[in-house]
Amino acid sequence: MSDALLEVQNLSMRFGGLLAVDALSFSARRGDITAIIGPNGAGKTTAFNCITGFYRPTTGNIKLRHPNGRSFGLERMEGFRIAEKAHIARTFQNIRLFAGMTLLENLLVAQHNRLMRASWYTFGGIVGIPGFKKAEDEAVKKAVYWLNCVGLIERADDPAGALPYGAQRRLEIARAMCTEPVLICLDEPAAGLNARESEEMNALLRYIRDKHDVSLLLIEHDMSVVMEISDYIVVLDYGRKISEGTPEQIRNDPKVIAAYLGEEELETAAAMQGGSA
Amino acid sequence: MAPQSAQFPLPAMLKDAFVAALVALALAAPILGLRTVSVPAGAQAIGGQGLILQQRWDVVAIAVALVFVGRLLLNVWWRRRIAAPAPGPSFASRIGSVLTGKVPYFAFAMVAAAVLMPTMPFADRYIVDLGILVLTYVMLGWGLNIVVGLAGLLDLGYVAFYAVGAYSFALLAIHFDFSFWVALPLAGLLAAFWGILLGFPVLRLRGDYLAIVTLAFGEMVRIVLLNWYQFTGGPNGLSNIPRPSLLGLQFSPNDEGSFHAFFGLEYDPMHRIVFLYYVIFGLALLTNWVTLRLRRLPVGRAWEALREDEIACRSLGINVRNTKLTAFAIGAMFGGVAGCFFATRQGFISPESFVFIESAMILAIVVLGGLGSQLGVAIAATVMIGVFEVFREAQEFRLLAYGGAMVLIMVWRPRGLIAERKPSIALGGERRAIGASMAGEGRG
Repeated sequence: MSDALLEVQNLSMRFGGLLAVDALSFSARRGDITAIIGPNGAGKTTAFNCITGFYRPTTGNIKLRHPNGRSFGLERMEGFRIAEKAHIARTFQNIRLFAGMTLLENLLVAQHNRLMRASWYTFGGIVGIPGFKKAEDEAVKKAVYWLNCVGLIERADDPAGALPYGAQRRLEIARAMCTEPVLICLDEPAAGLNARESEEMNALLRYIRDKHDVSLLLIEHDMSVVMEISDYIVVLDYGRKISEGTPEQIRNDPKVIAAYLGEEELETAAAMQGGSA
Repeated sequence: MAPQSAQFPLPAMLKDAFVAALVALALAAPILGLRTVSVPAGAQAIGGQGLILQQRWDVVAIAVALVFVGRLLLNVWWRRRIAAPAPGPSFASRIGSVLTGKVPYFAFAMVAAAVLMPTMPFADRYIVDLGILVLTYVMLGWGLNIVVGLAGLLDLGYVAFYAVGAYSFALLAIHFDFSFWVALPLAGLLAAFWGILLGFPVLRLRGDYLAIVTLAFGEMVRIVLLNWYQFTGGPNGLSNIPRPSLLGLQFSPNDEGSFHAFFGLEYDPMHRIVFLYYVIFGLALLTNWVTLRLRRLPVGRAWEALREDEIACRSLGINVRNTKLTAFAIGAMFGGVAGCFFATRQGFISPESFVFIESAMILAIVVLGGLGSQLGVAIAATVMIGVFEVFREAQEFRLLAYGGAMVLIMVWRPRGLIAERKPSIALGGERRAIGASMAGEGRG
């Protein structure tokens, strides 16, 4: 059993009178694909935004332990620092690419902080120090590597906004990976993808986990994706955790089925299953 | 003929023209029809003495008739256009395609023309002076282009930094005897400092709010300059600002250490004008070079990324506030340098030179030229200042022509003259331009 990478303790987020996330605790282990599932409005994205620093949680602790031993209290960090220092990358439910910039530029922007240092915060870059040239070549190499991984290398010089939907999703993941994360948070990576694209997405996510020692945290609605690739699942409903466990445990948990189908429908479904069997 | 009448339905067109004429009547009757005339006491007049109301119904009738006929003709023209849609590309896209792909050649031609201009036989003092004015605006446009075009931050108070630069140089020169070349970088740095000072509280605002606050800042600077009499000379301004020298050689009529004496020439005031022309030309080119270079550095890419999507930038670990501040500071710096040049060229500055209309003019140059396009800004500055000058004779029609030019460009090329974006880097070697529909405009 590998150690916990991300530990969420007692996380709550309140918007006025609405308690969107209520005392949520869970942990994601290193090298795992951890999924957060739940019906619409369960607070999945809110929890995500707290972890990635887009919201400041009302209460609770979020701790990230790097493999090298450093740890970060994410609830106290400024949004962009979480990506910069704690190395958590994320994608968005409604894709947020730099539509007017090329694929290559998108992936270079993701390596901003490293390139800024290499260019001596612009002062060296403007006079053309050789170190920056080298760093940029490396950055391009990395971008090319990820473009190959997501199968978009032929379109490297096209604007990101011209890509079809599925390709945009893959590019967003490639861009997140270019920040060299230890944990990548994916907000519905398979939304809007057809069956074949969804299959490719699963393969890509597995590849990221296996080959790059990156742990994944994902929100997903598509149960076929969740059940197939997750190592561990956390189920939310009305901001509370109602269940957690392996896909097998979740699939058979009556509380989860109830949350998804509703109590009455559950009985109907059971009756129908009994009738057809 | 049936199809003819379907194309030009006379009753509908007449009705439309009649409505337009009615509107014209309602407007013209009080504005044109009634005129107050003051009749001096003692003079024999029809209506008596003092202020009388003169009625001019004939003028009203002419105006209404003109509107009626004009509207009718406009209707005919519109319907003909609908009936026979233009084959091939529209006029607008043809203007665009003239420039597409030829930007480097065009830019080279413009630089060559700018270098050679003062040596041409037609280049008298007026023409070279106009060239200096145009180049000043080109430089200001390029400076603002960093803020508005690249980083997507709408700045309506850019003239404040122009003023900071001008007053910095004037005060440094008057009180501490700084020469132009020493004060030039200092003026830029001071303006950049003010840019950061303004940026800190302001850059958390977005879009319209940012625009309003920068507008207020521009006015504040002007009002402080106007009222802080002991320091800035108030409305009287500052005069006796030293002229720039060429490596210590003065452009003055006395022979001691002056330009014409050193080169054994006759004294000619044109020397100084031509020198100033090349100074601002060099400064503008420097601005352009730095901007083009910054675009290919991480900070420039981050600016453009910020314009496209600020939230995505945050998720990638980009410090949004600092990145915006650098854009603001660098834009302000070029404004300040241009201001310093303005002060030395005029020899006299007052708050009147830094009114809001200047900010609006520079912003119009950037928007009309095409956000983020260096060449577009240069063309727009040349055309706008040119139009403004050509109509100098016709005082009251000047702003009208100016507004008309703006409306025309916005109708033909809503994203500016050169709306496409050139990627900062390409794998394939050739950098293909990206159409305007893709690139974001920025939300502040």
